[in-house]
Amino acid sequence: MSTHASADTPFVVGNREFGSRLIVGTGKYPDNETMVRAIRASGSDMVTVAVRRIDFDRTREEGILYHLDPGEFFLLANTAGCYTAEDAIRYARLARAAGFNEWLKLEVIGDETTLLPDTQATLDAARVLVAEGFKVMAYTNEDLITALRLEDAGCVAVMPLASPIGSGLGLLNPYYVRAIKERCEVPIIVDAGVGTASDACLTMEQGVDGVLMNTAIAAARDPVRMAAAMREAVVAGRLAYLAGRMPTREVAVPSSPPLPK
Amino acid sequence: MTTTGMDGKVTIRLNGKAREVGADITVSGLLDELGLVPGMVVVERNREILARESYATVRLSEGDQLELVHFVGGG
Repeated sequence: MSTHASADTPFVVGNREFGSRLIVGTGKYPDNETMVRAIRASGSDMVTVAVRRIDFDRTREEGILYHLDPGEFFLLANTAGCYTAEDAIRYARLARAAGFNEWLKLEVIGDETTLLPDTQATLDAARVLVAEGFKVMAYTNEDLITALRLEDAGCVAVMPLASPIGSGLGLLNPYYVRAIKERCEVPIIVDAGVGTASDACLTMEQGVDGVLMNTAIAAARDPVRMAAAMREAVVAGRLAYLAGRMPTREVAVPSSPPLPK
Repeated sequence: MTTTGMDGKVTIRLNGKAREVGADITVSGLLDELGLVPGMVVVERNREILARESYATVRLSEGDQLELVHFVGGG
């Protein structure tokens, strides 16, 4: 695997190189031990975490740093659950005050049913946070114009969804995701909606720089095994993209030489 | 707002709930009382994030709104 990977360009986001094109979340696992094992099996070196009010009865259970070594993984704090630019900015500042880094997965949700992003609020928050020195990786929908605006705003990565958060519906709009990849200079990381390994592979085959997922691993029957599958799928999809697929044809073409007539 | 009770206690709001603490308790003192490791939490007092270096010197007063947050699992 590593011999093939060496032919690829490194995965760099905001001047920092990461070993894996797969970024994983830390939510919704059946228990903390499974989470840590799954993250290790995924091969990811960047993991997302959320910022929440401490529940004093469950501090050690909930506190991710009691379970996950920040020396082993690069922590990417998110603003999940924020519905306004103001809230997202507040949570971003809280996350940075934790003292690990100034990176942020910016997420501003616009609707409770679909959890689709509020792109205007995301842009507003991105501008403020970039000016404050945050390295913003912005979660957005698969709209090219928003992606271009987020890039203009100074985001270090644009992260269009494959499908709604936690839906597992896979990549619904490969064409739009490819359009974003073709037009943006910053890394494009597809975030949300991947359900299983083939979704991750198909997503990487579009030529995007990485994939971010949480539920697909955490909610699998065997999260550790699914994490390993995702690791392979992301590598396979990337290799297939780099290799360049054969053209599709609507007629059969024999693979073996024809018999003499 | 500095209505320290006869018993030397003040009432603050801690993560949305009223809590009595010793008058003049510092943020460090409160974290100790709660069994929290300073490096694992971020403290917001009246909507302003406190620098960790100030925990030992910032004293809580009656009516202070404190939010204590930490990192939890998320995607």
